[in-house]
Amino acid sequence: MYNANKVIIGIIVFLIFFAMPFWLNFGKVEALPKPELPKEEKKCIEDTDYMKAYHMKFLDEWRKTKVREGKVYYINKEGKIYKMSLQRTCMKCHDNKEKFCDRCHKNLVVQPDCWKCHLAPEEVKKWQ
Amino acid sequence: MSKLPKPDQLLQGLDLHRTPEKHWMDIKPDFSPGKYCYAVDPQVMIDMGRPNLGKWQPTDEKWPLPEDWKERLLKAIRDRMERFRSFKLFMDICVRCGACADKCHFFLGTGDPKNMPVLRAELIRSVIKGEFSFFGRLFGRVAGARPLTEEVLKEWYMYFYQCTACRRCSVFCPYGIDTAEVTIIMRDILHELGIALDWAMKPLRNSHFIGNHLGLQPHTIKENIEFLMSDIAEITGLNIEVPINKKGAEVLFVTPSADFFADPGIYTFMGYVLLFHHIGLDYTISTYASEGGNFGFFNSIEFAKKLHSKIYEEAKRLKVKWILGGECGHQWRFWHQYHGTMFGPFDYLEVPKSPITGTVFEHAKYHKAVHICEFTADLIAHNKLKLDPSRNDHIVVTFHDSCNTSRGMGIFEEPRFILRNVCNNFVEMPENTIREKTFCCGSGSGLNTDEYMEIRMRGGFPRANAVEFVHKNYGVNTLVAICAIDRATLTALMKYWVPDVVVAGVHELVGNALIMEGEKERTTDLRYRPLKGMEEEV
Amino acid sequence: MNLIFSLIVLAILILIPLIGVGVLGLSSLFAIFIPYLAFAIFFFGLIYRIIDWARSPQPYKITTTSGQQKSLSWIKHSRLESPASSWEVYLRMFFEVFLFRSLFRNLRADFDGKRLIYGSAKWLWLGAILFHFSFLVIMIRHLRFFVNEVPSFVQKISAVDSFFQLGVPPIYITDILILAGLGFLLLRRLVDAKVNYLSYASDYFPLLLIISIALTGILMRLYVKPDLYAIKQLTYGLATFNPALPKGNLSMLFYIHLFLVSSLAAYFPFSKLVHMVGVFFSPTRNMPNDNRMSRHINPWEYPVKYVTYAEWQEKFRDVLEEAGIPIDEEWTNVAQK
Repeated sequence: MYNANKVIIGIIVFLIFFAMPFWLNFGKVEALPKPELPKEEKKCIEDTDYMKAYHMKFLDEWRKTKVREGKVYYINKEGKIYKMSLQRTCMKCHDNKEKFCDRCHKNLVVQPDCWKCHLAPEEVKKWQ
Repeated sequence: MSKLPKPDQLLQGLDLHRTPEKHWMDIKPDFSPGKYCYAVDPQVMIDMGRPNLGKWQPTDEKWPLPEDWKERLLKAIRDRMERFRSFKLFMDICVRCGACADKCHFFLGTGDPKNMPVLRAELIRSVIKGEFSFFGRLFGRVAGARPLTEEVLKEWYMYFYQCTACRRCSVFCPYGIDTAEVTIIMRDILHELGIALDWAMKPLRNSHFIGNHLGLQPHTIKENIEFLMSDIAEITGLNIEVPINKKGAEVLFVTPSADFFADPGIYTFMGYVLLFHHIGLDYTISTYASEGGNFGFFNSIEFAKKLHSKIYEEAKRLKVKWILGGECGHQWRFWHQYHGTMFGPFDYLEVPKSPITGTVFEHAKYHKAVHICEFTADLIAHNKLKLDPSRNDHIVVTFHDSCNTSRGMGIFEEPRFILRNVCNNFVEMPENTIREKTFCCGSGSGLNTDEYMEIRMRGGFPRANAVEFVHKNYGVNTLVAICAIDRATLTALMKYWVPDVVVAGVHELVGNALIMEGEKERTTDLRYRPLKGMEEEV
Repeated sequence: MNLIFSLIVLAILILIPLIGVGVLGLSSLFAIFIPYLAFAIFFFGLIYRIIDWARSPQPYKITTTSGQQKSLSWIKHSRLESPASSWEVYLRMFFEVFLFRSLFRNLRADFDGKRLIYGSAKWLWLGAILFHFSFLVIMIRHLRFFVNEVPSFVQKISAVDSFFQLGVPPIYITDILILAGLGFLLLRRLVDAKVNYLSYASDYFPLLLIISIALTGILMRLYVKPDLYAIKQLTYGLATFNPALPKGNLSMLFYIHLFLVSSLAAYFPFSKLVHMVGVFFSPTRNMPNDNRMSRHINPWEYPVKYVTYAEWQEKFRDVLEEAGIPIDEEWTNVAQK
């Protein structure tokens, strides 16, 4: 092999760059943080698979219908009626933002703008 | 030889944006007169100890190939891939982005897609894929692969001798793929079967056995020089002698042999001699190493080494301190980029130092060879030359950057600096046709042969077109180049495309402008043309 | 023809996970085994290519000098285009690799009547820059799926990339730019007669493949949402060599995305895409123009037989003597010993 030094440095740089996930996790492999689910309530407003994937679309829809169209109630697929409210409906069961929302969001670099206006249950408690 | 169409008819119907209906792999090379070079005379190959195919021409329906021609070629290709990283790499990394497509002067003059550098390289790349790669053989044409056949070989002959190794494409390629490298190596590979050009090989044989491409024997060189000196005496009134094979001279001066013999190179030679006399340089020329150029470079790299080994034996024999090189394009690409590796180290020489200005040429501290333009520019910068630029007032000058010195050495400013000091009317050609983007004369790398005139005039068209522009707009009548091949080929090119423009070397103009001690009043330039205001005296 | 062939290959590549996971239920094969295999091919393949190139020496120093050489002290030399020292070469390579400097020079030649004119043609450069840089940013952004605690630079890049906050979740700027770049590169191959003429299926295929990867990714982000938590469990497991199939639903679109990415990785070392590492080896760019300053060694350089002075003098002795050119017996005697 010719220019061996430079070639080996090149291969190392290549490995560092393209195996970045491996290096960033190196020595600190642990289980992913798990969101804490409500203890009493077992069923969410819609079914779990849908909520897992689409909750942001769902909440965005609530926001639009409530703020822009002034509607207050949401009827789910089973015909149950819910009041469209992040703080009073969702967070009633999911009563801890940090342990439920943030665990996944931080881990997946998601920065929702809910909390620019809304207060997390933990915050509310502090004020009460 | 065919009849060359008139200039206004040659490019009729040329459309750079129209491509053939057929796939390029289905188009056979067109060996009609004017579009191909004659094959080598077998005696030349025998003399040079190379295989040959006997008497044949590329127009022959069936080429007299040996039984095992395919195996030999494939072996040669593998060998080159192992020896030249450039070749191996360039075969692998092209993405066919097409940035090179309209950069080639041959493409611009012919519209033939196989003259797009990418397809030129594809001519061999496709065979490497088709012969050596499993996936290439599996997918064939959709992956750009094909087997090596006699038709392919004919195509190689046509298109690797329709490239002047000017490297313009390599400036634009995002990966620096250099078609010149591919062309040089492919010609070398073809040599293994004995396939070569007659016109490129005969000068090589001359240079090998006699000492220079023109085949000038030592006494002829001397006589020619004496003849040129009598012209100088007539023009300037000075009797100058040129030292030949002088031992112990400080500098060995090596220039292309055309400068001794052929118009218009001889005027450049007279310029050198006047300059050396003016500054009192202790130099010598050699009749043994009497060729600065190197046709081996266009044929087979081993020949190139054979030819220029002589320069260094001569430097040792004559005990010179350093080497000065004349104006020549491929000479300087080869000297600059190959000599150091092939012939070094040069312990027996000294780091070049101008005896007149004391400037040490640090950039040549290892190779110990200096370009004459570097040398002269340094003299002018130190005010060591008495110059009268008005003696070039009868001409309007433009400068043609020769491909090899531009893209294979990077000498752009030195000749321009000299020109601005030795003449008053210097005009640049359009920006995209000079410096590193300069266009080839269309006949470099051993293609300067009469039977190839149509392709040469087409290939030289972009250059000629730029000259025509400054000729019409600024009255340019002199095209200056620092290349011996240019002086020959551009002369033919100008005669065809821009008949009012003549070709000269930088040092011809230096010679005109130099105010020599003890000279008589000059009435003509070195070509016996009256100087401005002297028309009546002549 | 070439385009159709590439489209067919692409369609097959999409069908494979559709059938493999959708019909045959081979989830582990497609989520774990194939990605590992593909990336093993990518890493070993590319390292093999690198070493293969390095096994051939560069015999001569053949820098393409696109600017003034370093010569006389008072002449300004072009550091980038005619580098004379190592760091100038590094600078030139930096501009070449990261900013596509040579491509930026691109011109377009055309006839204006009988005159050849050369116009600036920077579209190819723009398309290439858009595509390559977007791809880089997208790859860096994807680190969020592979690392437990995502480093802050990845967070920052993601934040900047979704700066416009259009929609929920916000659209990434690079997602649009990569499609614009790729779309231009593809269109160019179809519309420009010259480029169309020299394109193979192997030129269309990578473009189509990367476009499909980008499209499936964008679809997943904006419209057909998968369970990201489940995906991260899988991808994090892959990155830390603890692969396990998560409980949640990974979605068919994700399987297609992953399979196409795996195909790209496996295809990479054996295609023109190796230009990514090949460009670093390019001898016309990565060597300094210092040929007359320092020695470059060619490992296979061998001595050749040439016509020596002694042989030459013998041949021309008569004419030399007659012309009065000195005969050198001293040297020929030395040479004979």
